[in-house]
Amino acid sequence: MDVRLQISMVFHLDKCIGCHTCSIACKNVWTDRKGAEYMWWNNVETKPGTGYPTAWEDQEKYKGGWEQKNGQPELKMGGRVLRVLNVFHNPNMPTMDDYYEPWTYRYEDLFNAPEGADQPTARPISMVTGRPIDIEAGPNWDDDLGGSPVYAANDPNLDALTPEQRQEVFDLERLVFFYLPRICNHCLNAACVAACPSGAIYKRGEDGIVLINQERCRGWRMCVTACPYKKTFYNWSTGKSEKCILCFPRLETGQAPACFHSCVGRIRYLGALLYDADLMLEAMSVADDKLVEAQREMILDPFDPRVCEEALKNGIDDRTIEAARRSPVYRYVKQWKLALPLHPEFRTLPMLFYVPPLLPVMAKTDDGLYDTANQELFSPIEKARLPMEYLARLFSGGNIEHVRLALKKQYAVRLFKRLETVGDLDPAQVHRALEQVDSNEEEAEQIYRLTSLPTMDERYVIPPMHREEAMQMLNDDLWEEKGEAGIGFHERATRGA
Amino acid sequence: MIDNLVFIILPYAAATLFVVVTIQRYVRKGFTYSSLSSQFLETRELFYGSVPWHIGILGAMFGHLIGFLFPSQVLWFNGVPARLYVLESTGLLFGLMCLVGIVSLIARRLTSPRIRAVTSKVDVLVLVLLFVQVALGVYVALFYRWGSSWYAASAVPYLRSLFALEPDLKMIAPLPLAVKLHIVNAFLLAAIFPFSRLVHMLVVPIHYLWRPYQLVVWNWNRRRLRGRAPWPKTETSGAVAPAGSEPAPSGRTIAAR
Ligand code: SF4
Repeated sequence: MDVRLQISMVFHLDKCIGCHTCSIACKNVWTDRKGAEYMWWNNVETKPGTGYPTAWEDQEKYKGGWEQKNGQPELKMGGRVLRVLNVFHNPNMPTMDDYYEPWTYRYEDLFNAPEGADQPTARPISMVTGRPIDIEAGPNWDDDLGGSPVYAANDPNLDALTPEQRQEVFDLERLVFFYLPRICNHCLNAACVAACPSGAIYKRGEDGIVLINQERCRGWRMCVTACPYKKTFYNWSTGKSEKCILCFPRLETGQAPACFHSCVGRIRYLGALLYDADLMLEAMSVADDKLVEAQREMILDPFDPRVCEEALKNGIDDRTIEAARRSPVYRYVKQWKLALPLHPEFRTLPMLFYVPPLLPVMAKTDDGLYDTANQELFSPIEKARLPMEYLARLFSGGNIEHVRLALKKQYAVRLFKRLETVGDLDPAQVHRALEQVDSNEEEAEQIYRLTSLPTMDERYVIPPMHREEAMQMLNDDLWEEKGEAGIGFHERATRGA
Repeated sequence: MIDNLVFIILPYAAATLFVVVTIQRYVRKGFTYSSLSSQFLETRELFYGSVPWHIGILGAMFGHLIGFLFPSQVLWFNGVPARLYVLESTGLLFGLMCLVGIVSLIARRLTSPRIRAVTSKVDVLVLVLLFVQVALGVYVALFYRWGSSWYAASAVPYLRSLFALEPDLKMIAPLPLAVKLHIVNAFLLAAIFPFSRLVHMLVVPIHYLWRPYQLVVWNWNRRRLRGRAPWPKTETSGAVAPAGSEPAPSGRTIAAR
């Protein structure tokens, strides 16, 4: 057992209102600069929809993530030698047109235009060339247009549906969409790390945050292709790739990342997970529909004394283990099985998990009448307007059972609370519902509390980051430095040359 | 006089700039060592420029290097006419690839507004010098036959004399003007090398071929704590420094197992 720590995330999709506050918070803090205008380290997509960059989930086009080759995981974009040869021209590199050309407006024109019969206008100006442009796409071009055949029909995930189901999804009566906020997943088996020819991208051992060393990045741009979530971005001005840093400077001072902190819907949870790195190769090598389970298997129980012992041996200290015990992510992902990884079939072992949304039900029945009576216990789940296959395509490598359980459990919790607050349900039936999802009243109450009423401290359980230990990077034996003029990246205070 | 200036002073000045500024830039402004790729802004035309250019220039430079290192062997090799023809036409082929590449790259910079937006003055200078260099090279290859032999016989001794710090212009004095210009232009390229994007060739990521896929940087010394890597099983899972130097400075390397 090789116990490691990962700062991990849960997004509760039922709570996201699609306000984009998270994206703006991130943009203001990190990417409001030349060359980074088009980058949205955090973005919120409408599903069904094509997302950003357009159709990023289509790996036949973008060649992101891993695949099994001769029983070994290999990057979908090809092997090492190919990657070194492709530095001259990366055949699978998305271009700015797959995202959008950033623009601003010539606002001065509004004030400086000569007097005339017409209203002056502020023309859109490209932020790359400085010339007027016709805007053809933007960061949220298909925002809220789920269900519209123009954009949503190109959603790569719809291939999980039968032609009839596809047809139905676009029926006016079924019109449905939900939001999918996305940041870097800080994967365990990060494809960007593996693809970087310079070795500039790395995972921080102490918290699992994936970072790009800006000084070692040489602009070979393989990470842009390799990341199946398209969350590494090429800065066209500095010639370096950049990505979400999970606001590590904030985490190190005990604050939640900007997008978490600002989230209006309070959908975001952050906490530590202990996992067994020895199981990694195994977890990324199973069949698509087994991936969720295999990844869950990797996550260790922080209450297990043996795990704690191994963790301590690996240098994880007890206050960190303590934080892992209070981690909301551990509960959602491992204990409650409510949160699922996004596209586990990309095999990067993403560490951002989503609670799938309870979608509106399909109230209309075959003969055109609305029938709400005579419902089976979980029929609203089965009759959801968006077929469950779609959610399974997103969150469980096609395994419907995981999605079904997550939805049923959320629904059972609702029934349980309704019984308590409204009291118009049959208690026996509610208990039957809880039993069917392998749950009980106590757990239902906990799920309810952490979903609906959590305080900020319950949503973000940030372990102490122990940056003081970073000094060990510089010298194994800090006693050696005792009596010196400080420690760190600095010149020694010596006399003369 | 002018000969002394361009064939003695210029090469030493260029070499000094090359060495001093390259190192100084790496140490002081290591961030700026980047390929500065513009593929993100325009990819299609880049393919027709960058690929032939890089293959061509690698081949051509390799040829020059071999001639410089093993002149007598090259002369011996060229002793058989068939071999000479093969060598000459290979060289010409690489030269033509360079020419096609550089012309496409220049055309791309001129025509694409996005690419112009990321073009600096040094970029323009580099492109002009490279074009001149390649054009002269191809011209020489076409009109002054058997360059591989006379390069080894007369240009190489001159270049070697430079390295020996005993510059000797005898051998190159009778060379045609185009060849002389080719040599001088090469010195100019070496001089602006450290100021330009050309430095990317010094950070070509060859070590990627044998490094493990996953890299983890630890705050603490993992190697002391345990001795295995989870994946891939056979290798250590890498060691990188948090910032600055590459490869990671030994001794202060962070073990990542
Ligand atoms: S701020 Fe929160 S609620 Fe608003 S879009 Fe972002 S994730 Fe959704």
